[in-house]
Amino acid sequence: MLSIKNLHAAIEGSPILNGINLEIKPGEVHAIMGPNGSGKSTLASVLAGREEYEVTEGSVTFKGKDILELSPEDRAREGVFLAFQYPVEIPGVSSTNFLRTAVNQVREYRGESPLDAVKFLSLMKEKMKLVEIDQKLLSRALNEGFSGGEKKKNEIFQMAMLEPSLSILDETDSGLDIDALKVVANGVNQLKSKDNATIVVTHYQRLLDYIVPDYVHVLYKGKIVKSGTKELALELEAKGYDWIKDELSGATV
Amino acid sequence: MSKDNEILEELTSKEYEHGWSVDYETDEAPIGLNENIIRWISSKKEEPKWLLDWRLKAFEQWSKMEEPTWANVQYPKVDLQSLRFYSAPKQKSKPKSISDVDPELLKIYERLGISLNEQKRLQGVAVDVVLDSVSVGTTFKETLSKLGVIFCSFSEAVKEHPELVKKYLGSVVPATDNYYAALNAAVFSDGSFCYIPKGVRCPMELSTYFRINAANTGQFERTLIVAEDQSYVSYLEGCTAPQRDENQLHAAVVEIYAAENAEVKYSTVQNWYPGDKNGKGGIYNFVTKRGICAGDNSKISWTQVETGSAVTWKYPSCILKGNNSIGEFYSVAVTNNFQQADTGTKMIHIGKNTRSRIVSKGISAGKSQNSYRGQVQVMKRASNARNFSQCDSLLMGDKCGAHTFPYIDIQNSSAKVEHEATTSKIGEDQIFYCNQRGISSEDAVALIVNGYAKEVLNQLPMEFAVEAQKLLALTLEGSVG
Repeated sequence: MLSIKNLHAAIEGSPILNGINLEIKPGEVHAIMGPNGSGKSTLASVLAGREEYEVTEGSVTFKGKDILELSPEDRAREGVFLAFQYPVEIPGVSSTNFLRTAVNQVREYRGESPLDAVKFLSLMKEKMKLVEIDQKLLSRALNEGFSGGEKKKNEIFQMAMLEPSLSILDETDSGLDIDALKVVANGVNQLKSKDNATIVVTHYQRLLDYIVPDYVHVLYKGKIVKSGTKELALELEAKGYDWIKDELSGATV
Repeated sequence: MSKDNEILEELTSKEYEHGWSVDYETDEAPIGLNENIIRWISSKKEEPKWLLDWRLKAFEQWSKMEEPTWANVQYPKVDLQSLRFYSAPKQKSKPKSISDVDPELLKIYERLGISLNEQKRLQGVAVDVVLDSVSVGTTFKETLSKLGVIFCSFSEAVKEHPELVKKYLGSVVPATDNYYAALNAAVFSDGSFCYIPKGVRCPMELSTYFRINAANTGQFERTLIVAEDQSYVSYLEGCTAPQRDENQLHAAVVEIYAAENAEVKYSTVQNWYPGDKNGKGGIYNFVTKRGICAGDNSKISWTQVETGSAVTWKYPSCILKGNNSIGEFYSVAVTNNFQQADTGTKMIHIGKNTRSRIVSKGISAGKSQNSYRGQVQVMKRASNARNFSQCDSLLMGDKCGAHTFPYIDIQNSSAKVEHEATTSKIGEDQIFYCNQRGISSEDAVALIVNGYAKEVLNQLPMEFAVEAQKLLALTLEGSVG
């Protein structure tokens, strides 16, 4: 589904990603871990098409298409979803109105007719249950005055509404208490199917207790330096990242 | 970034939609301004002597006045002697109803999307149209007259209802109130007159549509709205002009009088030609609008959506004279490219328990300058007066400016005055967030701007709110850099 080959990216001339290789198949969950500044969020942003990042080398193919050629909105319409680490506030625009615009633009791109108000609302009601989100929250301005937990729940709710084939969760666990974390993870798990894939970007192993990955990759200095199964995450939790750094510097001596 | 800039380029270069002009035969005053021109206009309009005298007095005062320079706008001085102060489409005979109006003129309004044909009219909206200097026709006259509502051109009111015009003309905005108001009093050509008798709730929106077509012509219209005791009216004005390289002057006066328990709601969607993207051409919009809540429990509410004009200078105000009277001002002012707007309101609390509310939303894009200027004045006798003001500014890009000049003058210690202000920027983060959900950049800007202006747009009558939303999006699409 997603094939990243030798991906290099830079921001304002300084390189952040230095040759990422990653293959993701439908139905898989990949966790990307790594110390601060290793390039985890950059990878998420580059995949979503944030313009500050310049791809200097390599390729990214998504469902057979070169997505680096596509605008951020077209990537979204193709089925790439990014759950933001810091969801932005849009004053005066209700979540409902925002999502209706989004859902209908995605449908238009796919050659489907727009949902009318009634159909849209019933879709919303159905998806709201997944993340236990309150309807009152959705009539409020998007993310404005939302708590950290509410913002993250809203991200997963949007994911449920847009039904992406690739979801990238960028540090979705940051700022969540354990109860909210369970709700969010539960939502993600329910959305999982054999046809879609998930990338979980996280700093801590904690989230992976609830969203169990098939593969764990460790990112360090813009490269995947170690890959394994979920046990790798537990090892990282126990030993920290330093042993990987040591291992790497040892290897080069 | 580069992509954003491309979108910006593409969209801000979008041409002004109403920039066309039409040739028709006109009846024009000679160019320039002097006492003879005023006499010429007055005689052309077959006015009574008292009105000519009123004009001449205003002109005499105006001649001694200086053009104000306190507003935060810069423009080359207008050479009034090079302007034409009266231009009217030639009609063979005075039209008695819309069906008598020259079809060529009606076509202009059809093209603007305003149908004067009463069969195909906007549902429940009576329209008076002013082309250059004169009113070309008013719809729904008969329906309204059954209720005693008078809605006609100003010239017609002078002829048919001189006692009303004489009583209220200049009662809210005196002939010599300020430089532009005095100029208007001297040379005004036409406008709308509206009278709602006691106890009548006007069943439809009344609307005036202003269009400047002729070149080198100033438009000086006057609107006078009188709402008697227990009456209600909702009034809307819209304006467009052709795209011309030279600047054109529009100096209007609007007066509103609200008697006891009366309510007047005045909404404007202003879309004068703003000049091209290099700042060439465009309308100078120097307007005096004021209402008086003369009776107890009366209410005047101004709502304005300002998207056009090269330079705007406009402060719709309320004199809250009656006890318990209410004044409201809701404004969205958008400036793009080289537009300059200095706009706001004055709330003058004279009566007891008077309340006022100001909600101003400025949006600046391109290299434009957008200023809010507002005054809240509470007089000695105005016990328990209350005011709430909110002035928000939204910036798009880093070459524009937003300014706020609030003046507060309180002479009664029981007054409660609140002022809130915010400044925000449409962030690339917001646009990217929308993009990531599949929403295009243009739609993202429209969504964000309409969200920001929602509180004001909600005040507009339904059908105009939709128009205004489109207009906002059109003025601003893609201007994020």
